[in-house]
Amino acid sequence: MSSTDISMTRDVHHVHEEHDEHHHDQNFFEKYIFSLDHKVIAKQYLFMGIFWAFVGGFLSILFRLQLGWPEATFTFLEPILGGWIENGKLNPEFYLALVTMHGTIMVFFVLTAGLSGTFSNFLIPLQIGARDMASGFMNMLSFWVFFIASVIMFWSLFIETGPAAGGWTVYPPLSALPEAIQGSGDGMTMWLISMALFIVSQLLGGVNYITTVINLRTKGMSMTKIPLTIWAFLLTAVLGLLAFPVLLSAALLLIFDRSFGTSFFLSDIYIAGQALSNTGGSAILFQHLFWFLGHPEVYIVILPAMGLVSEVIATNARKPIFGYRAMIGSMVGIAVLSFVVWAHHMFVTGMNPFLGSVFMFLTLIIAVPSAVKVFNWIATIWRGNVRFTAAMLFAIGFVSLFISGGLTGIILGNSALDIQLHDTYFVVAHFHLVMGAAAFFGMFCGVYHWYPKMFGRMMDEKLGYIHFWLTFIAVYLVFMPMHYIGIAGFPRRYYNWTGFETFNIFTDLNTFISLAAIFGFVAQFIFLFNFVYSIFRGRRATENPWHSNTLEWTTPVLPGHGNWPGEIPAVYRWPYDYSKPGAAEDYIPQTVPFSQTQSSNLPNEKDFE
Amino acid sequence: MVMANFPIEEDNDHGVHPLKFSLWLIIISIIMMFAAFTSAYIVRREEGNWLEFNLPGILLVNTIVIILSSVTMQLAHNSAKENNVGRLKLMLFLTLGLGIAFLVGQWYGWADLVQHNIYFGGTGSNPAGSFLYVLTGVHGFHLITGLIFVAIVLSSSLKYRVHSKKMLRIQLCTVYWHFLGGLWLYLYVFLRLNH
Repeated sequence: MSSTDISMTRDVHHVHEEHDEHHHDQNFFEKYIFSLDHKVIAKQYLFMGIFWAFVGGFLSILFRLQLGWPEATFTFLEPILGGWIENGKLNPEFYLALVTMHGTIMVFFVLTAGLSGTFSNFLIPLQIGARDMASGFMNMLSFWVFFIASVIMFWSLFIETGPAAGGWTVYPPLSALPEAIQGSGDGMTMWLISMALFIVSQLLGGVNYITTVINLRTKGMSMTKIPLTIWAFLLTAVLGLLAFPVLLSAALLLIFDRSFGTSFFLSDIYIAGQALSNTGGSAILFQHLFWFLGHPEVYIVILPAMGLVSEVIATNARKPIFGYRAMIGSMVGIAVLSFVVWAHHMFVTGMNPFLGSVFMFLTLIIAVPSAVKVFNWIATIWRGNVRFTAAMLFAIGFVSLFISGGLTGIILGNSALDIQLHDTYFVVAHFHLVMGAAAFFGMFCGVYHWYPKMFGRMMDEKLGYIHFWLTFIAVYLVFMPMHYIGIAGFPRRYYNWTGFETFNIFTDLNTFISLAAIFGFVAQFIFLFNFVYSIFRGRRATENPWHSNTLEWTTPVLPGHGNWPGEIPAVYRWPYDYSKPGAAEDYIPQTVPFSQTQSSNLPNEKDFE
Repeated sequence: MVMANFPIEEDNDHGVHPLKFSLWLIIISIIMMFAAFTSAYIVRREEGNWLEFNLPGILLVNTIVIILSSVTMQLAHNSAKENNVGRLKLMLFLTLGLGIAFLVGQWYGWADLVQHNIYFGGTGSNPAGSFLYVLTGVHGFHLITGLIFVAIVLSSSLKYRVHSKKMLRIQLCTVYWHFLGGLWLYLYVFLRLNH
């Protein structure tokens, strides 16, 4: 473990000079491949995240084709899917593999690794005033372990028996028995290996994020002066640290059940009339273990997005964030509650109804901190001097999606209503809005906003607007109708419904959803073009293009290794002094001492002058 | 493991050293893993169809061995602080030896289980037995990582790189080693009580 980087906070100036000499002759591999620099690692995560997002999106288009046009023949897909198209029909087991991999890729590889991997790495050292992460080596290791996990997961898409097909929740016994479906064979083994590596990668990263935030803040950067992004990343990492090891335990037990003949999750199973020897296991036990991770996982996905959005909204509304401490408090509340609600995913597993009521009660309490946050975002925008940058649009879009998706969460949290809605498209619509699309919007918002600091150039605003509106409309067109289908009782993960008389009337609606999904997916190529093109040809950025207060904007246009050429700036004020009455400009960076802003100081700030 | 121009932690009078802090976080994640295993154990046991059997007697011996190794580790740490290099090396050797003895003992524990027809998997295995193998196995895996750490500290102590001005590495190792001992103690008591 290299610990040279850690020493950098102490005796800053001296160490930096030494540092420069140290890294003068970095070769290509040290600089771009096995880099220890948090900014490079962040970009590596971002590129991987974008790659995975397109893979995951493409898989969803494939199964939307099947759902939208169940009677059609898909011979034109044969060049891509080969044997998975049989007589022009999508193989039903491959359909299951598609939904499984779509879920796995989006939840873990894009919205966990791609989102907090990118922005925690990029923003934590820059916003708290550190030269780098606590351990650059662990950070690099984290990315490369993630990379190996990605390779294995990607590879599993191409093996003959197909990738894992038991749903992203991989419930046993389906996932535990290779005889059950093809996808529970080698594909499932690779899924488990990949996820085990993924967890290791997330833990390495998370340990680093927490240590850095707690230990390496610059002078004056108290916990109540750090931007909300950092609070969000910190809590995300804490959730990951507590939840991912539990998933690792569950995965380990599942591996033993699959490959070593144990019976942790298996009992009294007949396959093709043959009784298996496994006795004494409990499939529900897996669900408990899985959802103990699984529920915090949705907050691991959404919290970083909330942090990014808070920062972007305050900056572009040119107003202090409304209720800074309430924002922190609500995030802490969400983080704590996320660990005591997991059984609301299991209302219909035959659990004790009294226990169900307890979990229902705890679940509904989450509405309170969530509503506090929504209220604060809206109050921040309220009568603000709003600048509609692309990032700001996505931030507002996030709030919209979070409200629309969150409302149905209150419905689903009721253990009685869940009996009807469980495992229907209503659930699909709910979580895609509240954590899928919303987290994506948070990610887009982050990319548009911090792009200038990442690449030294601006993304094209006009293309950004087009991208925003197409995506925003497509998301609602896809997920709003799904609520109706769900209330009508459509179950998830069904290959087609044409065999059920009841559901025939909804075929048109499904076709409509599929068209909207394709439309939305195509719109993402505008983003891809904008992203890649702007790296090379974008308008050159200034140091602080958004007139923002936080520390990262005090670095040079393209910060080098070590982030600040001179000393690390000290911090005197909170990050949200926008449009302060009496101030010369409508923003006061955190590095400006109160003694220089006497005209705008509040009575209680006079003491600091 | 480059520790070259590292400011010695005596400089760091306020707050915990980042690496030590990281180690505690890693320890927390390991605790969560075992919390998952042991709570799964309890939940599963409540459901019945649970094979009752006697714990191998050697586990008690192993418990004593690992407590002793914690003592020698602490003594090694103290010797490093007092710059007593001879005793430092001796104590690290002893820790390493006791750690290996513990693992060998655990192996005999497994052999004992197999003799009593309690298997990890396959026909006739029961989660009661499988859980015991998993708990000891995963703990054993972490103990091996601890032994590697002890070996690294030992090798640097042979090169006179562990002394009162360079305590960080042995401090981290001591914390980790005590944790592994404590974890085993918890598992042993847990297994004794829930049997």
